[in-house]
Amino acid sequence: MGKIKGTLLPFSALKYLGKKPHTVRYPLETKKIADRYRGFHYNDIDECIGCGTCSTICQNDAIDMIKIDGIESKKGDSGLRPRVDNGRCCWCALCIEMCPTGSLSLTDKFILTSSNPDDYLLVPGVDNPEAKDNISFVKDNDITLLNFNRVPMRELEGSERIKSFAEVVLGYVQEEARQEAIRCIDCALCVTACPAHMHIPEYIAAIADADDKLALKYIYDNNPLPEMCGKVCTRQCETVCAMAHKGDAIAIRWLKRYATEQFPDPSIVLEPKISDPNGKTVGIIGGGPAGLSAGYFLALRGFDVTIYEALPKMGGMTFAGIPKYRFPEDSLDKQIDYMKKIGVKMINNIRVGKDISFAEIKEKYNAIFMGIGFHVPYTIGLDGENLNGSIQAIDFLREINIGNKVDVGKKVVVIGGGNVAIDAARVARRIGAKVTILYRRRVEDMPADWEEIEGAEDEGVNIITQGIPLEIIGKNGKVKTIKYGMAEMIPDPKGGRPRPKLIEGDEHILEVDTIIGAIGQEADYSFLTEEDTKELEIERGRVVVNEFKQTSMKNVFAGGDNVNRTMDAISAIADGVKAVEGIEKFLLG
Amino acid sequence: MSGIIKQEKETTLYLGPQHPGITGNMMIELKVTGDTVQRGKTHVGYLHRGFEKLMEERLWMQCFPIVCRICVPEPDPNEENLARAIEEIEGREVPERAQYIRVLVLELSRLTAYLLWMGGQAGSAGLYTMPQWTVGDRDYILDLFEELTGGRVYHMYIWAGGVRRDLPEGFKGRVLKVMDYLEERLLEYDRLLFENAIFQKRAIGVGVIDKEKAMEWGVVGPPLRGCGIAHDVRRDEPYEVYDKLEWEVISKDGGDVCSRAYVRRKEIDQSISMVRQVLDKMPSGPVYNPGPNPLKWKLPVGDSYVRTESARGEFGYYVVSDGSLRPRRVHVRGPAYVHGVSLLERMLPGMNIADVSFIMNSLGTCPPEIER
Repeated sequence: MGKIKGTLLPFSALKYLGKKPHTVRYPLETKKIADRYRGFHYNDIDECIGCGTCSTICQNDAIDMIKIDGIESKKGDSGLRPRVDNGRCCWCALCIEMCPTGSLSLTDKFILTSSNPDDYLLVPGVDNPEAKDNISFVKDNDITLLNFNRVPMRELEGSERIKSFAEVVLGYVQEEARQEAIRCIDCALCVTACPAHMHIPEYIAAIADADDKLALKYIYDNNPLPEMCGKVCTRQCETVCAMAHKGDAIAIRWLKRYATEQFPDPSIVLEPKISDPNGKTVGIIGGGPAGLSAGYFLALRGFDVTIYEALPKMGGMTFAGIPKYRFPEDSLDKQIDYMKKIGVKMINNIRVGKDISFAEIKEKYNAIFMGIGFHVPYTIGLDGENLNGSIQAIDFLREINIGNKVDVGKKVVVIGGGNVAIDAARVARRIGAKVTILYRRRVEDMPADWEEIEGAEDEGVNIITQGIPLEIIGKNGKVKTIKYGMAEMIPDPKGGRPRPKLIEGDEHILEVDTIIGAIGQEADYSFLTEEDTKELEIERGRVVVNEFKQTSMKNVFAGGDNVNRTMDAISAIADGVKAVEGIEKFLLG
Repeated sequence: MSGIIKQEKETTLYLGPQHPGITGNMMIELKVTGDTVQRGKTHVGYLHRGFEKLMEERLWMQCFPIVCRICVPEPDPNEENLARAIEEIEGREVPERAQYIRVLVLELSRLTAYLLWMGGQAGSAGLYTMPQWTVGDRDYILDLFEELTGGRVYHMYIWAGGVRRDLPEGFKGRVLKVMDYLEERLLEYDRLLFENAIFQKRAIGVGVIDKEKAMEWGVVGPPLRGCGIAHDVRRDEPYEVYDKLEWEVISKDGGDVCSRAYVRRKEIDQSISMVRQVLDKMPSGPVYNPGPNPLKWKLPVGDSYVRTESARGEFGYYVVSDGSLRPRRVHVRGPAYVHGVSLLERMLPGMNIADVSFIMNSLGTCPPEIER
């Protein structure tokens, strides 16, 4: 019986003969593709920054980065775009998961037939702009392989900070630094943005590997003042960081700071090799970052180097201008001591043009490097600016940093929105004043570092934005009040930052004991004789140099604030390093 | 013609590398007299891509798109195994929801593998309607995979720390719909294949594995359970959330093709039940516990062996980390190596030529997995 049943039952399948097949009749019918389908790539080429992470993670080597006509490299964008070999790609979409900007995605397109292997090379977004409408598999905002959150930096509480000049930032411990370093995707966009082109991915990788010594070696390779940079750098690297597009930039500055802080004496780790003396002498005017870095690398290469500095300590603006809570003196001392070990001679309290003439220095040395900085403040040009109690931020900060006492009274108004203004405000706060910053534009327009602005706010500094100072009113020759008018922001038709325009009649008055001007500074060229100024080309306050930082006086090289326009420590260091190349070429051929 | 034709002469017959018995390429050099196999030697290597070695050159994360290729019909246990091995070494927790989703994926993939097996088993017996049906129905599950993972065959969905994406909206309903459909279709399958007198005649008493020998040779999965030994990694060493589901290990005495078919057929029912349970019990919450940036992802020094019950049997990954960015060694223990090479060579003598493919299929031979 069972056998009969087993023989007959299969014939029940005959009923399907008359049924419609359930397969899709391509091309008459097409199947609905799933929303997450992983097909050919699409790249939003305007969003893409050419970081190459897609290419790095591709386990099939299916992605290479190529130059595309019409896309130029710029800071934060390599100018390259991924090209996918669809003959190699396995559509695993790890490239999508790893894309820091989210520009790369996969589409629901998957049919390609060709006998020509070149047809399988696709530059997503360039070759298939129409695929924008077919995007299917995209980066998920929650489930992501990359960590977009920075390891928070421990800092002193705002109320604690204003009690002293103790350093605000406490620094990473090793585990924190490692966690932060591990976030880095090694795209090296930061290197191109850094004026000194430091080996950023390399030292971050070394920190991630817990090899702090190796990190320090990478760091010192082209920056002899890394602890300074680790604390006060303007970090152009972080502004272009690929991770910043969807989250927090890697804390490159803090990582550098971490690495340098691990070693009280860098020379033990670095074991610098100093070349034999080559008999050439170089005089350096100004012991700021530019002069110090030029001095360091020249000394390493066997030059006899002497730095002349007008202030009692080396460091230039980083000593005189940057407050101690940001850059403590022992950090500076550590770096200066290391340079002295290398053999850099340093003479303090000697002002060129006063204690020694420029001509004398020129006579004495085979080559000169000039890194004199910008130490002369601009005046605001207000009525009453010459009253007692109206001072300049640069002078104020220098006096405090040298250790002198400055009485600013109870109420201080700082005019300006740059880092110097913020520094002055935070210092005034620490010496007991109630501080208000008066700035013409909005907070987001401030040139100051956002962390500095936040720091000032945490410490109780009041910021009045869109306030234009109109007049300083005095009584008995002393500052009494300041009058300012509110401004509205007029958008720039050319796309620049908006311009403030005074609103008629909207005027306010603040009572004040001291007004601190911080709207910029310039160089002091008074040490140059009239003949020198004819020979040395200076344009709008800055010495004109060639690519090797050589000035129009053949044996004089220059760098730092009095040359570059970025006016920060790292650019000065970069200038110094570049000038070393120039001086070497000039003196040794 | 009367009398028995005696064929004393031994002939060499090459079966494969392309033939309908299995998924993938593999060749058997048969020595036959008449239509009886005297002995046979397996020749593998047609699909050797060196996955284990490749992984030693890859970052940990880059291994995930590779491992799924180790078994084409059932890629997911590979991903799950590698993920779990890595998680074990680094001690990473997997969110509960992700574990449920993993079981869902594993059971759906078991269903696809069994549907493919069913087609192959019937096809190698000359019943060509079955492959049409099962491959077509398998596509409904592949549709689900496409929706969940973005890929139909290679899902690259399970990774260390959880899974890549949460279930899409309304996914549960669509899975249940496919399960309902499959259950209806299974009745047709029964009528066409399992209750088919010809199939039974072909399968009963054929390709018998001795119960004692099965243990000795390291037979696993349905072939072992088809010998009446109730061994299943899902129960014996529960992973993910298998211990939270209600199910029993299915086994059947006999050790022949028919018993193995019975076990697989029942396990299809069981998988459908598990899929339903998983969807029912799945908690809400995250599906991924993040790890370090894959480009700088180093595992602590250590090793781990994890195993999964795949459709072909116990599937294991031995992973060694020397603390670097890349695996020091990944060894894949695949059931097909035992079944398809050493066991098959022992079973071949005395077999009818027509049964070779049929038995290979019933053993669950998967050449790409032999040659990982």
